[in-house]
Amino acid sequence: MNDRRIWWFFIVPCMLVAVAVVMSLAAVFQYSFREFVPGSLETGGFTLDNFYSIGRPVYFLVILDTLLISFLTAVFCLLLSYPVAYALVRTQSEWVRTLLVILSITPLFTGEIVRTYAWMLVLGSDGFINSTLMALGIVSRPVQFMYTKFGVIVALVHFSMPVMIIMLATAVSHVNRDFEKAAANLGAAPLTVFWRVTVPLTMAGIVASTVVIFAWTMSAFATPQLIGGGKVLMISNLVYLQGLSSFNFPIAAVLSAVAFIVAVGSLALVQPFVTRLERRVAEQ
Amino acid sequence: MGKFLFWTLITVILVFLTVPAVVVIMSSVNPTETLAFPPKGFSLHWYARAFTYQDFRDSFYNGMVVTLFASTIASVIGVAAAYVTHRYNFRGRRLLEFLLAAPLIIPRFTTGFGFLLVGAGLGINNGYTIVIITHIVLVLPFVTRSVYVSLVNVDRTLERSAANLGASPVTVLLRITLPLLTPGIVGGWIIAAILSFTEFTASLFVTSYATQTLPVAMYTYVREYTDPTIAAISALLIISTTLGMFIVDRTLGLKRVLAIESH
Repeated sequence: MNDRRIWWFFIVPCMLVAVAVVMSLAAVFQYSFREFVPGSLETGGFTLDNFYSIGRPVYFLVILDTLLISFLTAVFCLLLSYPVAYALVRTQSEWVRTLLVILSITPLFTGEIVRTYAWMLVLGSDGFINSTLMALGIVSRPVQFMYTKFGVIVALVHFSMPVMIIMLATAVSHVNRDFEKAAANLGAAPLTVFWRVTVPLTMAGIVASTVVIFAWTMSAFATPQLIGGGKVLMISNLVYLQGLSSFNFPIAAVLSAVAFIVAVGSLALVQPFVTRLERRVAEQ
Repeated sequence: MGKFLFWTLITVILVFLTVPAVVVIMSSVNPTETLAFPPKGFSLHWYARAFTYQDFRDSFYNGMVVTLFASTIASVIGVAAAYVTHRYNFRGRRLLEFLLAAPLIIPRFTTGFGFLLVGAGLGINNGYTIVIITHIVLVLPFVTRSVYVSLVNVDRTLERSAANLGASPVTVLLRITLPLLTPGIVGGWIIAAILSFTEFTASLFVTSYATQTLPVAMYTYVREYTDPTIAAISALLIISTTLGMFIVDRTLGLKRVLAIESH
């Protein structure tokens, strides 16, 4: 079955895609070492200045904000996704499961623009929440959700939940239920079983999915762009601004490279920890 | 009691997940230009505008072209990638797996900007090619995963029997393995098509005005106008993807396509 001809036939298209991926990254890294020539798409010679300039507050504060927003999004996303993932795996009823899967996974496939626009309608000053609050007489003037970090994070949490639910559902489904039954038989209350048995057994999945969402949120663009409206900036918005409005390709490249390094770096850093957690669970 | 609280929590979270979609659909049939909750009436005016606005018609066509090419090519490559990484051991396999899955973790704008630079270097930034290549790279991990899951579940004895009866490896692949992989390939193709058609961030970087896809045109519209035309398009996209997901779930099993397990 291990036919060499099939291997050659199949490996070529894979290599082409791999080369394309490498080329796109290489282009970003190459441009990040090039000198910016104002008013020209052509870049100058080799320089490290672009890397120094991201230390300037205009860029550095945005990088910090990006990290903060991504972190908070990942944490809130975990808190909201775990119960859904748990219900999805453990429910006895097939139609409840289908409903949960469709409702929680479908938003993943409607795209960034549709979902961001939807949140603009929900959060806007004449949007759904403010209309409801004013109709109920809870507030007399619209509450400002748009152009705030809060608004951006709410939309980003919603944006990331489907992915996190998929990852956590896999983690919960791998739990050996004998451990839970044993704890329950020994008199542990359902909540105790959950916190002392289920959560520790899914810890590897929890850590892994939180970091994945952290990295994935770094990549958000439409949400901070439209809901942040220039008041809340993430690295992506600066890359767009510098790359496609100011045509400062080198600084856009450096910022892209930073986002890439943080995203891949955080996943790489946490991987040994996740592996250790998985091994500990497997040994039990 | 605990059970009741738990399902109340689940309901609240599901409402949070669903409210944006419901609000979009409500806004899309509201006759006035400004938002109103509940809607002030029922009108399909914004749908009519969405269908007649030239930029949306063009970008819909562009999106269709890009999606058809990208998801179909990605499905073919996805079969190749899943087969090669599952069935063969070779030097650099890990590296290949990593590079093909990397677009999942590389920020979208980094990928988009990278391909913008590559396209500029090759002088192809005004055509579909660079857009299609970018989309292939972005959707490939999803197809590969879908096919891979099917491949893991293929009963190897079927392949061995065919081989024992004298079928050549190529025949086994074409007559036994590929047909068994069909659900995974079709499921992967559908997911790739939906993701490609709705892809925004990377597309914003690699499209020009002539090749802009629907989400890019929608983005431009949102920045220029405040009327609910976008709500109409969004509602159509939400309804069609939900239906698509439902069909995938009924026919292929969404959990299997997305590789979620459950007991």
